[in-house]
Amino acid sequence: MSELREILGETVTRLFADHCTKERLEQADAGKWPEELWATIVENGLTQALLPEEKGGVGAGWQAAYVILHAAGRYAAPVPLAETLLAGWLLNGAGLDIPDGVLSVVPQQESVILSSSGELQGVVSNVPWADRADYLVGLARKDVGLAVYCAPRSAYEATPNHNIAREPRDLVRFTGIADTELASSEVTSNTMMLYGAMARSGQMAGALERIIEDTLQYTADRTQFGRPIAKFQVIQQNMAMAAAEVAAAVMAAQNAFRAADYGVPDFEAACAKVLAGDAAGVATDICHETHGAIGFTYEHHLHFFTRRLWSWRSEFGAEAEWAEKIGRRAAARGPDALWSDITARQTAST
Amino acid sequence: MTALHFEPGELPPEAEELRCEVRDFLAETMADIPPALKARNWTAWHPEFSHKLGERGWIGMTWPKKYGGSERSFLERYVLLEELLAAGAPVGFHWIADRQSGPLILRFGTEEQRETILPGITRGETAFGIGMSEPNSGSDLASVRTKAEKIDGGYRVNGSKIWTSGAHMANYLVALFRTSGTAEDRHDGLTQFIVDLKNTDGIDIRPIHNMTGDHDFNQVFFEDAFVPETMRVGNEGDGWMQVTTELAFERSGPERYLSSFPLVKNSIGHAGQDPSERQAIGLGRMLARAATYREMSLSVSGMLEAGKNPDLEAAVMKELGVGFEQNIPGIAHDLFGMSPRLEDGSDFETTLAYITQANVSFSLRGGTREIVRGIIARGLGMR
Repeated sequence: MSELREILGETVTRLFADHCTKERLEQADAGKWPEELWATIVENGLTQALLPEEKGGVGAGWQAAYVILHAAGRYAAPVPLAETLLAGWLLNGAGLDIPDGVLSVVPQQESVILSSSGELQGVVSNVPWADRADYLVGLARKDVGLAVYCAPRSAYEATPNHNIAREPRDLVRFTGIADTELASSEVTSNTMMLYGAMARSGQMAGALERIIEDTLQYTADRTQFGRPIAKFQVIQQNMAMAAAEVAAAVMAAQNAFRAADYGVPDFEAACAKVLAGDAAGVATDICHETHGAIGFTYEHHLHFFTRRLWSWRSEFGAEAEWAEKIGRRAAARGPDALWSDITARQTAST
Repeated sequence: MTALHFEPGELPPEAEELRCEVRDFLAETMADIPPALKARNWTAWHPEFSHKLGERGWIGMTWPKKYGGSERSFLERYVLLEELLAAGAPVGFHWIADRQSGPLILRFGTEEQRETILPGITRGETAFGIGMSEPNSGSDLASVRTKAEKIDGGYRVNGSKIWTSGAHMANYLVALFRTSGTAEDRHDGLTQFIVDLKNTDGIDIRPIHNMTGDHDFNQVFFEDAFVPETMRVGNEGDGWMQVTTELAFERSGPERYLSSFPLVKNSIGHAGQDPSERQAIGLGRMLARAATYREMSLSVSGMLEAGKNPDLEAAVMKELGVGFEQNIPGIAHDLFGMSPRLEDGSDFETTLAYITQANVSFSLRGGTREIVRGIIARGLGMR
């Protein structure tokens, strides 16, 4: 990892560790917006990490975004940071202004239509943080092609709803005029899902590592039959399996963000979401089992991470959805292209 | 996790240039290799093929030139290996010597051993076997009993080694013997030797056929066999430390996820260009893992190149890679439901037939799953 990203990692870890206390997470669960946390995130420029300098950002790139999202996931930061980063990136790519405030993205685009009079129409469910956001950013179908839109809060109605992590996932009905621009040729109907999946895989990498670390600590502290449960082979074997699975998901996520710095991470981000989703299944199962009943209580903090993992694994495309895309592409390319496709990594020179 | 560090590796341009060379070489040399041999991959012995690789300088390629090596980087070697394995190249003849016996001699052997043995390995003329396990010492390796008793000018060896792949064809065996104490002394009193299998009296090599019908394993019996002192590797009593190092080489390579790759490739072909949704999902999951493990394997090589000691990461890689390659026949069964015919089958069937049976052995070589998970647990601070 570059020195810059290492320093960034230390900074964001401290920031989230300070602000995402158990008390704050409980308050967020109950619907309280963590104003102080968000203000600190904005102050530290984290929402603008992907924007170029002329747009007020630092042009840090996707690998730096990984460091931020990983830390956010690791502390279950109850704010739309991933969404604001994605929204800014998409607007910047379309040449639109990036407004201040809380931004979020609309994952689905099939049902959002931009009329010839410039009005957004359509109803979309499961939109992250829509009610709280100041602007919603997404892709809409136009008579010809796709448009990127930035819809102010006045241009849509939001009916609050939540995923099982109690993060806002609202029903949105577009009713008004948005700032729009025809999407560039690099933006496809897959773009929002792809980069959204990658962002979630980064958050999941952090949450996955967190539950492994916390469970390892628990096995050292918890004594049964006269010794710490870490000393039992069956616990060791389970944790080894979970840690290996998580290490793979972390690798896949890092690889996707790396590829995104050099091009479109079509294959890599799909792999990352598959591996993160699979690891979420294995690791939440083993970590809860290892914690026993205490891990099932609201009082214990494990659920802040596991409930997020179960939510995030199905957002922006579940494992099977991305696996099918990977499988179809490979089948169409045929067996002789398989290995050369796997080894064709995106690099600075290509 | 603080204990585990996999970071994306970067390949230098010379490694990608080498990849092109290797692909050209494989396009020429693999045309005549039958699917059954490809399915056997790095356990398939093919001395002529190894000889051709030796001519290119592709065996022992990181070793010093004075011992026949090419002084290339670990990352270049990594690229060579993954290209050979993905193509199902029959590299068994030199595999063990290149991967672990040669590096062991380079690190702990005498100058004489290096000069006399290493050049033959690099030419693809000298093959090695591994003499670690014994009939009652498999996973519990420290309990070996085969004794090397000090006599004038060398050692007298009595006992036996088991599961020695290719001992009936190999020139040498790197064997772990007890030079002092008893099995109860565990790690103490163990010493490694190079045994000349072709020119030593008192050695009897008996075949053990495996369930696929192949003769790969052997049991090697020693009855008052004489091993000269000059063939001892390292000091008396250092055997355990050296074996641990050797096993780390054995666990870290790309062969840990690529053994079943010929079946992955054949499955894509068998599914055709327009697979069903179920097949596309199954294949996609397989490829997402293959691509990710490839990055992890590359990451481990990057750590080796940087002079780090990725023992824990190598164990994680073995756990994941072996789990992956062992799942492939089950996935192929699930997606295609085909009972492969042994005669006149397609390439897919021939490959499926062999790997379905052989895959139970994949988690045994280099330490069972349970042993490897124990190593990971130690790395995680649990023991």
